[in-house]
Parts: sequence; C-alpha cells; structure tokens
Amino acid sequence: MGECPICAAEVELAVDAIAGEVLVCEDCGAELELKSIDPVALAEAPSAEEDWGQ
Amino acid sequence: MNSASLKIGLLHSLIRKEEKLLIEAFHKAGVEPIMMDDRKLIMDFHTAPAIDVLVERSINHSRALHALRLFESAGVRCINSHKVAQICGDKLLTTAALKEHGIAQPQCRVAFTEESALQAIEELGYPVVLKPAVGSWGRLLSKINDRDAAETVLEHKTVLGSYHHSIFYIQQYIEKKGRDIRSFVIGDECIAAIYRTSDHWITNTARGATASKCEVTSEVAEISIAAAMAVGGGIVAVDLFESDAGLMVNEVNYTMEFRNSIDTTGVDIPARVADYVINQAKK
Repeated sequence: MGECPICAAEVELAVDAIAGEVLVCEDCGAELELKSIDPVALAEAPSAEEDWGQ
Repeated sequence: MNSASLKIGLLHSLIRKEEKLLIEAFHKAGVEPIMMDDRKLIMDFHTAPAIDVLVERSINHSRALHALRLFESAGVRCINSHKVAQICGDKLLTTAALKEHGIAQPQCRVAFTEESALQAIEELGYPVVLKPAVGSWGRLLSKINDRDAAETVLEHKTVLGSYHHSIFYIQQYIEKKGRDIRSFVIGDECIAAIYRTSDHWITNTARGATASKCEVTSEVAEISIAAAMAVGGGIVAVDLFESDAGLMVNEVNYTMEFRNSIDTTGVDIPARVADYVINQAKK
C-alpha cells in the first residue's frame, strides 16, 4: 500500500507490482510511477515528451 | 542452452502495460529478464554489459536510439537493432528504405524551406499531410486542404518549431475510409493485425481510434513482412493504408505497442515476442 503524492489517497499495489510501473490513483485519477517497492514510493508519472511512443 | 541460464536485458524507462506483459511472458518461459532503466544507465564505450541479448522497450526514441548504438558497440546483440530504430524512428529514412525495396507507399516529398515546401505541396496536390520526420502517436500531424492552410502551417512550423520541424515531410493524403491496418511482424512472420477505426482522419489508438481484428491475408502478410525486412527486420508493427491501388505502407514502428491487440486478435503477442527473443539469444 502506498500514498498518492497528489491526493494522499491510499494506493493499493498488485502482488506482481514492478518498480517503474505506471499506476493510476483510483481517487484522483493521477498517473503515478511506482519508484520503489520496499519501501513503497510513488511519484507523479512524467508527462509525455516529444520523442515518446510509436 | 537452457532458457533459465539466458541473460536477457530489458531496456526500459516507465514500465507500461506492454513491458509488464513482456516480463510476465519471459517469466512463463523460465527467463528472469535483467531490467535496465534508461534513466539510471551509464555507459562508458568500453564495458560490455553481461547480457546475451538486449530487448529495447524504452518509451523515449532518442534514448533508445543512442543506447542501442552503444550496446551494439559493446558487442551486445539488440532486438531491435540500432539500424532498425534509426530507420523506423525517422519517417524520411523509412520512406527511403521502403522505396529502395520497391514497397508500395504514399507519394512523399521532402523540402527544407517554407517556399520549397509550399511548391512541393502544390505539385503533390491537396490534400497532403505534413508530419514531423521524428514523431509518434499521431502528434503534430497536419492535414493541409488548401494553400491558405499550407502557408499558415509552414510559417508556424518555421517560426515556432525547433529546427527539425523545418525538415518538411509531406505525404500524399490517402483516403482510407475511416480506418487503417496495424500488423505485427516477428522475424519472418506476420503474427496478427488489427483495424484501427476512427471518425477522425488520424487513426492512432493513442488518439482514440478503436481496435478490431483484421485477418492476416496473404496480401497483408506479404507487404508487412517486406516492410519489416526493408527496415532491417526483427519485431515491428507496420501501419498500412487500404488504397484503391492496394495496400500501402504508411509507417513502421520498432518499439511496438500491443496492449489493445491481444484480446482483439486472440494472439498472445508478448509470448510470441518472448519466444522470438529467447530463440535469438540461443543462436
């Protein structure tokens, strides 16, 4: 369990969560990045950059 | 070689649904991928990372492009290769590669100034599509329907854009009747395809187009595999237009996104990718 850095809601992690994974806070809808699992650290996911994607 | 003993590096930044599915697929195949976050990567031009093969899954094209060059320089086999990333990441290079292999594609012009770009557009005939040579997810595409729009967009790109927005890549507009095809090629096989349908002329799923199953006909498979080979092969997604003259290749993507295409096609795309990478690593 982590805390949303935007709205402070509790964010539940899946059992197979991976550091670097993108999650969505169910309370505020913010896209979050799971920075680490032990200890759990969440940060706002970076915004799309010009060279992202395909 | 036993799969469990393979050292497969997975280059990534953010872990999206695709990367998570790939990791899961590797686990099912008995491989624990070595995660390599491009945000933490430091390369020294000498030391070879202790991996048999690298799978590139960076979300940033520029990081992927440079990292692949350095991994290959260090003697690591990369999937996809730096060459593939370079060609697919630049529409101008993709067009050149497709042309050199005689693959059908929309007519295209490249110009470097507002004046010559306007001349090229007028010669090609309206409408045309202006695209950034390097870009993705359907962003910054402009459908130019007349001279007024052409003059406006060209001026805005020149004045407001960075220098690479003044490499004017101009493509003939193909009336695609609300959809295009994205096919998935792994090695020498076209494993699946989807239609991407939208009311908008841009049919990227990142822009809201919906995915539905497309049968992999011999025509779809043939042009998709030919396009994949033209850019250097490996694991790619090919965007196709259905024109009156037959199928045409629009773009080829080297870090393919497939989350919307697994249930749609019934093909376990991440498992197929993992199998291919494992087989390549064993060679």
